[in-house]
Amino acid sequence: MMKNGVNSRLVKDKIFLSIVIFFSFLSILPLLFILFYIVKNGFGVLSLDFITQLPKPVGETGGGISNAIIGTFILIGIASILSMPLGIGIGIYLAENKSGKLPYIVRLCAEVLQGIPSIVIGIIAWIWIVVQIGSFSALSGGIALGMLMLPIIVRSTEETLKLIPTSLKEASLALGVPYYRTILKVVLPTGISGIVTGILLSISRVAGETAPLLFTAFGSPYMNTNIMKPVNSLPALIFNYATSPYEDWLSAAWGASLVLVLLVLILNFIAKVVTKKWKVQF
Amino acid sequence: MANGQLLEGKSIMEKAKVNKNITGNPDGVFRGILYIAAIFMVVLLLAIFVTLLVQSMPSIRKLGLSFFYNQIWDPVSGEFGALPFFVGTLLTSFLALLISVPFSLSISIFLGEYYKEGFVSGLLRSAIELLAGIPSVIYGFWGLFVLVPVVRALEIKLGVLPYGVGIFTAALILAIMIVPYSSALAREVINLVPTDLKEAALSLGATKFEVIRYVVIPYARSGILAGLLLSLGRALGETMAVTMVIGNANYLPTSIFASANTMASAIANEFAEAADNLYLASLVEMALLLFIVTMIINIIGKYIIKKFSVEV
Repeated sequence: MMKNGVNSRLVKDKIFLSIVIFFSFLSILPLLFILFYIVKNGFGVLSLDFITQLPKPVGETGGGISNAIIGTFILIGIASILSMPLGIGIGIYLAENKSGKLPYIVRLCAEVLQGIPSIVIGIIAWIWIVVQIGSFSALSGGIALGMLMLPIIVRSTEETLKLIPTSLKEASLALGVPYYRTILKVVLPTGISGIVTGILLSISRVAGETAPLLFTAFGSPYMNTNIMKPVNSLPALIFNYATSPYEDWLSAAWGASLVLVLLVLILNFIAKVVTKKWKVQF
Repeated sequence: MANGQLLEGKSIMEKAKVNKNITGNPDGVFRGILYIAAIFMVVLLLAIFVTLLVQSMPSIRKLGLSFFYNQIWDPVSGEFGALPFFVGTLLTSFLALLISVPFSLSISIFLGEYYKEGFVSGLLRSAIELLAGIPSVIYGFWGLFVLVPVVRALEIKLGVLPYGVGIFTAALILAIMIVPYSSALAREVINLVPTDLKEAALSLGATKFEVIRYVVIPYARSGILAGLLLSLGRALGETMAVTMVIGNANYLPTSIFASANTMASAIANEFAEAADNLYLASLVEMALLLFIVTMIINIIGKYIIKKFSVEV
């Protein structure tokens, strides 16, 4: 009897483990399918022309997505310029003021901002910028993406700087180095890898964002480098082409998806290398 | 003599003060800049809230509560009832959460309890990270061309109208998208369960399953629920993938296979073409609601998880 009880418990244990393994690996299946379809349908489209040429009108063969690639970089550039200094500054503030009312509220605000759906941020950028200027623009899209990047940078900066031992800071202060130089020349350089990782991850997150660009950067079939004019982007191009009925555009959308996924993967990979190579160690 | 020294000391201090005034006060300026940056964060969030509130005023004033219970959304005749979108949003999000739970819990138990390290768990971890990195629009595109035909075949078998697109398809895509997020949150909480508790159970002869079932899960319950809440918050606001596969129909859904619209997908579809003031304001009011709901969910969820980590 006793032995039977133990056996059934062991069997239950084994069954549970198999269920856990089954569900865990079943959830990888969609990833494999997605990557498979993107590579299968996108790889054939990919060529030098595809990434260096402008889109051609429907019916003409050839053409590329160069304007969307350039546009994505412009948008990320604007977003980074706006959010990096601000995010790092707020991150330093939070790491330096661990307790207190204002740091608590700021931390809460960063968390709330991170949770806001990106489409809502798109509406905000539309009201604040597009309505004021009177036209869609790369600037408004960049600002929307910047607002999405900001909380991620704040968080990673704060988490990194918190890991740096106070003794390091105190040693610098004891030598008579002013506070601001201590932060800028001792604390920040020590934690730079964590901060860079955070920035790269935030870029990889917003690079594929479409919703906030729908009514800000909008999209454009032309090459545009004027930040006051609408600009095309990879995710917007994928959305527009994927929902179109034209065969050429659909295959271009697969190609663009492959380019976008590669871009995101490369950013993630670099972020990983940065963390591994220059890890903050104490 | 002593007096002289004191005087000298004083004058040096005064000199230093003067010097400081001349060269400015870099430390003060630096702290000031940090302070302003921190204040900016608060101002930004307040400004977002106030902007949404002000812009949705025409709709709040004119429609009042009917916005919430009117089930007809017809911009042509000027009727704006958002009930179909609320129902669509709740149905897709909860269905997605339901589908994703076994997967995300399994992953977090697998990585948190069974195989913390090693080649296989590294593989699984990288795969989940990749899944999290794929942009929403690509999920939508893939769903449109791969998942929709599959669902259509399923619908033919079940004998419902085979649209392929609809709430069920959207929930499937959403479930795939939130698995990385909710499994990461659950793993974080499971990792916090004290080892001595688990070892105590093991030393009493409990199997691994019994440890998980009777120690880990009950102990981490509040944290896991908070993680699910945060995942729900994610699902509520997800836009692109849902917009592409939900069918975009502005009426109250009759079944989980029906075409519908969520709040986010309705905004994505109609915002650019909203011409008159009330139309625009009612869309902004939906954004305001999304903002408030996700804010409350995030604050509660993060609070529970933080409390849990402190207790442990």
